[in-house]
Amino acid sequence: MNINFTLIAQAIAFAVLIWFTVKFVWPPLLTAIETRQKEIADGLAAAQEGKSALEVAAKKSEVTLNEAKQKASEIIGQAEKRGSQIVEDAKGTAKTEGDRILAGAKAEIDQEVNRAKEGLRSQVSALAIAGAEKILRKEIDANAHSEMLAKLAAEL
Amino acid sequence: MSTEHAEQALTPSSYITHHLSFNAKPIGDGSFWVLNYDSFIMSVLLGIVVMGLIWWVARSATTGVPSKGQAFVELIFSFVDEQVKNIFHGNRHSFIAPTALTVFLWVLAMNAMDFLPVDVMHHFVYAPLGLEHWRSVPTSDINTTFALALAVWILMIYFSIKVKGLGGWIHELFYAPFGGAKFFKPKSAIGFVGLLLSPLLFVANFAFNIIEYVSKPLSHSLRLFGNMYAGEVIFLLIGLWAATGLTGTIFGAILGAGWSIFHILIVALQAFIFMMLTVVYLAMAHESH
Repeated sequence: MNINFTLIAQAIAFAVLIWFTVKFVWPPLLTAIETRQKEIADGLAAAQEGKSALEVAAKKSEVTLNEAKQKASEIIGQAEKRGSQIVEDAKGTAKTEGDRILAGAKAEIDQEVNRAKEGLRSQVSALAIAGAEKILRKEIDANAHSEMLAKLAAEL
Repeated sequence: MSTEHAEQALTPSSYITHHLSFNAKPIGDGSFWVLNYDSFIMSVLLGIVVMGLIWWVARSATTGVPSKGQAFVELIFSFVDEQVKNIFHGNRHSFIAPTALTVFLWVLAMNAMDFLPVDVMHHFVYAPLGLEHWRSVPTSDINTTFALALAVWILMIYFSIKVKGLGGWIHELFYAPFGGAKFFKPKSAIGFVGLLLSPLLFVANFAFNIIEYVSKPLSHSLRLFGNMYAGEVIFLLIGLWAATGLTGTIFGAILGAGWSIFHILIVALQAFIFMMLTVVYLAMAHESH
């Protein structure tokens, strides 16, 4: 168990090893580990950010959806109102038109009746004249009495 | 037991003496100028292999997904870094943490040489190479452990002076841990005696610090040396028993395996303790009292 020169040789070897580790081994490992740690931390932070952004977006979409629903129901209500109004209007128009058509038809019928009456009148007068002619053939001169007969026909 | 002993009388003490002899060659005059080639070559070789492997991984270290090798190295790195972080609260990355890594891995590798079976190595490796004496475990050489402890000791003083300045360091030698003498107006006879005796505090402080500075490298180096040396001796004793016949061989093998397994704990634990003490001493050097 003698202390000898080995002591110094080993101490020098130790010093060289420490220098080597300080210079070449430790820094790259430290850089690699610290960079990775930072990357992981950044990734986690980004994930958290994304999560909160998603929450905000979900809330926003819900609000938008509700708005859209409300608007849709509003529009539907308006449309129903407008529809019933249109139906009412149509009913009114139809009634007016119907009345107009009815009045027209009535007027035509009246006209027709008048015309028929006119025809009938002239026919009746002709018949009456024919009848009277037949009855009075002998005593009444058609020519002498035609003026009177025409007056009669006009009175009918 | 190997055949190289055949020509000499094979006694238990000659066996143990043979295995505990260093491959020591004089490199100058006097008993100090001797180099234990086995300790030196084994430790340098292990240092190159271990730190070289780490360097090889560190050189191509990626910040992305690490390979298995890199993950393993990073595991060791983080383990050492975590220990240093808990003890030392300065910029550990510039020196102390890498030093701790070096100490831990190097001492671990040197301790682990204890697992090499002594007789097998002598018979099949060292004797064919013409090495009559060759000890595989550099840390069972007091020179190695003392070299490490002494280097740490010098670093300790260096950091002490660097942090506190030469004046601050010398001041601390005399003023810590008990505090220094104070001039005060004595109010009684006892106070007057106290005033007269107070310079003795400098003596007490200095003596205390000297004892601390001497005991630190001694306990640091002798703890590791003692553990590894004792481990080696026990392997030799088991080897002795194994040479006594069939029963001895069987029980020697069982005991040898058992001691090897237990020794895994000692090897790792002593390397860890040596690293922790290194870090603690260097951290203490940074603290001023």
